[in-house]
Amino acid sequence: MLVRRGFGIAAAFALSAGLAQAQISDGVIKVGVMNDQSGTYADLAGPGSVVAARMAVEDFGAAKKGMKVEILVADHQNKPEVGSSVARQWYDVDKVDLILDVPTSSVVLAVNQVTREKNKAFIVSTGATSDLTGKACSPNSIHWTYDTWSLANGTGSAIVKTGGDSWFFLTADYAFGHALERDTEAVVLKNGGKVNGKVRHPFPSADMSSFLLQAQSSKAKIIGLANAGADTINAIKQGAEFGIAKGGQQFAGLLVFLTDVHSLGLNVAQGLILTESFYWDLNDETRAFSKRFAQRHKGAMPTMVQAGVYSALLHYLKAVEALKSDDGPKVIAKMKEMPTDDPLFGKGRVRQDGRKIHDMYPFEVKKPAESKGAWDYYKLRATIPAEQAFRPEKDGGCPLVK
Amino acid sequence: MSEVFGIPTQALFGQLLIGLINGSFYALLSLGLAVIFGLLNIINFTHGAQYMMGAFCAWFLLNKLGLNYWWALILAPIIVGATGVVIERLMLRRLYKLDHLYGLLLTFGLALIIQGLFRQEFGSTGLPYAMPKALEGGQNLGFIFLPNYRAWVVVASVAVCLGTWYLIEKTKLGSYLRAATENPQLVQAFGVNVPRMVTLTYGFGVGLAALAGVMAAPIYSVSPLMGADLIIVVFAVVVIGGMSSIMGSILTGFLLGLVEGLTKVFYPEASNTVIFIIMAIVLMIKPAGLFGAQR
Repeated sequence: MLVRRGFGIAAAFALSAGLAQAQISDGVIKVGVMNDQSGTYADLAGPGSVVAARMAVEDFGAAKKGMKVEILVADHQNKPEVGSSVARQWYDVDKVDLILDVPTSSVVLAVNQVTREKNKAFIVSTGATSDLTGKACSPNSIHWTYDTWSLANGTGSAIVKTGGDSWFFLTADYAFGHALERDTEAVVLKNGGKVNGKVRHPFPSADMSSFLLQAQSSKAKIIGLANAGADTINAIKQGAEFGIAKGGQQFAGLLVFLTDVHSLGLNVAQGLILTESFYWDLNDETRAFSKRFAQRHKGAMPTMVQAGVYSALLHYLKAVEALKSDDGPKVIAKMKEMPTDDPLFGKGRVRQDGRKIHDMYPFEVKKPAESKGAWDYYKLRATIPAEQAFRPEKDGGCPLVK
Repeated sequence: MSEVFGIPTQALFGQLLIGLINGSFYALLSLGLAVIFGLLNIINFTHGAQYMMGAFCAWFLLNKLGLNYWWALILAPIIVGATGVVIERLMLRRLYKLDHLYGLLLTFGLALIIQGLFRQEFGSTGLPYAMPKALEGGQNLGFIFLPNYRAWVVVASVAVCLGTWYLIEKTKLGSYLRAATENPQLVQAFGVNVPRMVTLTYGFGVGLAALAGVMAAPIYSVSPLMGADLIIVVFAVVVIGGMSSIMGSILTGFLLGLVEGLTKVFYPEASNTVIFIIMAIVLMIKPAGLFGAQR
């Protein structure tokens, strides 16, 4: 698309000038937050992820511990070629040690490749493809917040078990949509449901009416939205208009973020079932963090992937501290060795295949009458324990798992 | 259900109708572009941003001033059109004597600035805008559940398009306008205030974009990027129709809506590209566009 600015490092940000450790390359730990700063995924990750990363550095107390941490930011515009060229520049020229966040699965897979080639470290929070811990897994990468399998498992099985046994997929036509569709289809079939049909729409698509019509004529009970961001919002909004619910069909939001529900409004979004690994109103600790976050981010509550950036960077810094080194694969190995524990995701661990595991939560979007105000949107339906929430390690086909 | 000829005729009718609805937006937007290009020789790349401003204007009127959709239909084009008048007076005016490229660069830059400002303020996810009460619900036509609002979009768009065409091609005011494009000095000599007429024409074209934006607000997400995604397609529509042909841009808008609708049934993956393929073919065979005359 023409109407985008060229990529550039938007901001460089240094904390403390404390004594550098001898084993830390160039005496500074450089973290590159790479995401969509201006397009369709900018609200759910974007500048909010940068806020979360800065909070992690501050809460870790890097300055007091004499560790110098610098955060760089880049906009990959959801384009794999932009993502990999930023990654190369960061690793080669700017001496970045860790690339963090990265929405859009096609970009994730590209940066994953570059990271492995340059032997650095890569932690994904926003990107969704479960291939990152499957056939594309790497000793240099960790997948933090969620993946397509865990969403499919959470939302898919919750819906099939309550009678939604025939599905039609509306799928974004790129790596992420395909992975989400594939993983959900497997869950639906495994639970005894069937798939009536699917349609793959270009990414992004403003008008979903034609695809909704195809979904309507499929007579499937559930329309699974294997897309994200503005595509999901438009599908749900236009679905209300075309009487999807009145015709007895229901949407399953396979990847819906808090910011999407905020944009839809509860009138349109109510009743939607979705799965997340974090919600600001889960407990006292998540509320306390989210309040601090909102103060620094125009009053918006954090999404699960922004919370994931915070939690991941915290664990990364702990590992660097323990290791006294920022060598990519060594830190990643250390992160797998140390159990994870933070106020947002509780206790968990990172598996050999690079999958970070923690509880997942199927939520239902509240009715307008049930909500106490802005950002009070979800009702907890269940808790899926960490060990069951993600694809079993042996099923992913990751060569690192022996 | 997705084989090439495996689609029941009834479903096909539904898809054609949907295509017609999308075509209404293309027609309204490309009409504004054709008016501005035909009469001012400016390639208005700000059009998408002005469409977006129309939608945001509707959102503001509703949420800050409590004025509903119907007010927005009237007020938003006037307000956004007025910003267009300011742009024309302050900036575009200086470029008429230069190559088209300068106008294109200026309006493209403006579009980026406007979108950037809105994104800074409102984020990229978009804001909710409720459907007007009177147009909620829909009709079951047997082959399709047609939302009342979509029917209204088609009717309103056809009326506005034909009205504009009539105004420019058939009325005295329109003939002044066309004459002023051909020979501004001569028309000025007859006592017509040509610069003011040109300013108002730009304002009118921009107003059309804003009107399309208001109509889009209840069905698409009101977001800073809504115009950027659409404007490239609309430009392709104008090129296919013939840059300065008013009726050409209207007909092509509806026609390409239909073609795109069919693509969404038979090969949805290509539905974003099909218009550009057609554009390439038309440019090869008939470079002035389907309805355009060589200038």
